[in-house]
Amino acid sequence: MTDSPTALAEALAGVGYLADEGLATVAYLAGEMGRPLFLEGDAGVGKTSLAQALAEIRGVELIRLQCYEGLDVSQALYDWDFPRQILHLRAAEAAGEHDAEELEASLYDRRFLVARPLLRAIESPGAVLLVDEIDRADDEFEAFLLEVFSDNSITIPEIGRVTAKVPPLVVLTSNRTREVHDALKRRCLYHWVEHPSYEREVAILRTRLPEVTERLARDVAEATRRLRELDLLKPPGVAEAMDWASALHLLGAREIDPDRAAATLGAVLKYREDSDRVRELTLAALLR
Amino acid sequence: MTGTRDVTDVVLGFARTLRHAGVDASPERVQAMLRAVGHLDVRNATHVYWAGRATLCGSPDDLAAYDAAFAAYFGGEAPRSGRRAPYQRDRLSTAAPFSVETPGERSAGEGPEVRAAATGAEVLRHRDVATLSPGEREELRRLFVLLRPDPPTRRSRRLTPGRRGAVDVPRTVRETLRRGGETARLARQRPRAKARRVVLLLDVSGSMSPYADTLLRFAHAAARRRPASTEVFTMGTRLTRVTRPMRLRDPDKALAASGLAIPDWSGGTRLGEVLKAFLDRWGQRGTARRAVVVVFSDGWERGDPALLGEQMARLARLAHLVVWVNPHKGKEGYAPLTGGIRAALPYVDEFVAGHSLAALEHLVEVVRSA
Repeated sequence: MTDSPTALAEALAGVGYLADEGLATVAYLAGEMGRPLFLEGDAGVGKTSLAQALAEIRGVELIRLQCYEGLDVSQALYDWDFPRQILHLRAAEAAGEHDAEELEASLYDRRFLVARPLLRAIESPGAVLLVDEIDRADDEFEAFLLEVFSDNSITIPEIGRVTAKVPPLVVLTSNRTREVHDALKRRCLYHWVEHPSYEREVAILRTRLPEVTERLARDVAEATRRLRELDLLKPPGVAEAMDWASALHLLGAREIDPDRAAATLGAVLKYREDSDRVRELTLAALLR
Repeated sequence: MTGTRDVTDVVLGFARTLRHAGVDASPERVQAMLRAVGHLDVRNATHVYWAGRATLCGSPDDLAAYDAAFAAYFGGEAPRSGRRAPYQRDRLSTAAPFSVETPGERSAGEGPEVRAAATGAEVLRHRDVATLSPGEREELRRLFVLLRPDPPTRRSRRLTPGRRGAVDVPRTVRETLRRGGETARLARQRPRAKARRVVLLLDVSGSMSPYADTLLRFAHAAARRRPASTEVFTMGTRLTRVTRPMRLRDPDKALAASGLAIPDWSGGTRLGEVLKAFLDRWGQRGTARRAVVVVFSDGWERGDPALLGEQMARLARLAHLVVWVNPHKGKEGYAPLTGGIRAALPYVDEFVAGHSLAALEHLVEVVRSA
């Protein structure tokens, strides 16, 4: 079904994700070469949704690992279900089980293992794993990911090595709050995701929000494009444009007008300084 | 029909071009590109373009150089859609000399060696570095080894075994299982202390040049002490990140490498604009968040002081502590009169001098206790 970048782009479009040629080519390569895809770009350009769309066309569940500072092995990889282990131990004792070795072996059985995202991705064939905002995790965690991705396996001391039958498709995203280590990047396919062009943005708005009129979609895409050129603290992404269009639609707008635009500005601009600046420049000028 | 052999040659040649343009196209990456091209149509320029970009580049800084190299090597325009990458790679243009001008004080007759020998280390610690002779400066560089710029710490979300604190269930249970189901003792855990990020912004404009060498050495000492949590930038007419060269072990090599990276050495200053560039590109994304930000500058601003004030307000909202180091503050009769300083001061938590080794030791203390 997806034997070329163009076919992949079409499949993605089929599930409502409009990828440009570069992104489709890189995503195609990631699947073919079995390499993680490393996506960077401004917030709200559709890095996370790409992973969702890829999972959808493969017909698998998206396994998501949201990174944060202090993320550790027991939250990312696996954990033992301690209360159940204790219960099992007590039950075995009550039943008169005395063979210590057998008891110990039964305690570290697979059924007491709670699989966290990474282990789940290794265990489910062909899964799509999203490691979101890798830059938020500590750098020790990167080294650890490197280990998992280099041979698609995880070693659990009590059980042994778990190897993926079909390696997962891994999508890593970063907002560049810090530089991710080169060793990890080298193993990935790198792609900088840009804001979509005007035409593509209109198409995205029309696909994702079919209830919005063509006119409103065009107006919102145009106004968003102009906002991006204003050198704001946080330029609006596609996500914000969609929020804005749907907010305007809920207010019954069929096209953009200064009053409704001013009332819904909070959907696109998330800093007071930015809103002030845009109000100063007068919304009317912005809306043609 | 193109043979495999030719494709390999072409890709290797392209990688060479790219390395000349300053992108680190390592053999490992080139192999990845060859594999990527193998999965695509070699005769399709767009495919080759994206295969190379995904495998040879590693940051937005590389993209502009990649486009240029691609256009130069394969001819014609690089087939790119959309706007250009927002970040242009800083061109390396000038090599900056690190020996700062000798101030007029060192007059005829007295050789530098004589004076250096006569100056005790203690006296040297308190001397303004701008007034030192080359010999004394050499002596002071040796004293820099004594500087221990320890980072401030904060509570991490990671936990470590401790005597007090919350019960560590996994460890307690593991212990319990080891004892055959008897809980003898509750294992506990407490938050670990983690180095807080320190960001050093050094003004390398003409008016700061007597102090540039000393401040860069200070930055090097800090970066070497805690490479992972220290970021160093220079400010002049533009922003340059010198964190990487600063991590080199040898101070002289680190300074020489940073000098090559700084294109706007001893030029003018547009503090407001450069600070804005720092905040847009690095600070707001996370580098300045909850960090200790140290600005080394005399506050001579060529641009609009109002912009500097605005950006300082932004910085103050992001950072844990903002320290402004002005070498002139150590001089007698100094009053913060320049427009830049006056605009910035309301947003500065600590305003300190940085003209001598003793003053820098004080700065280390301020940063450590932040």
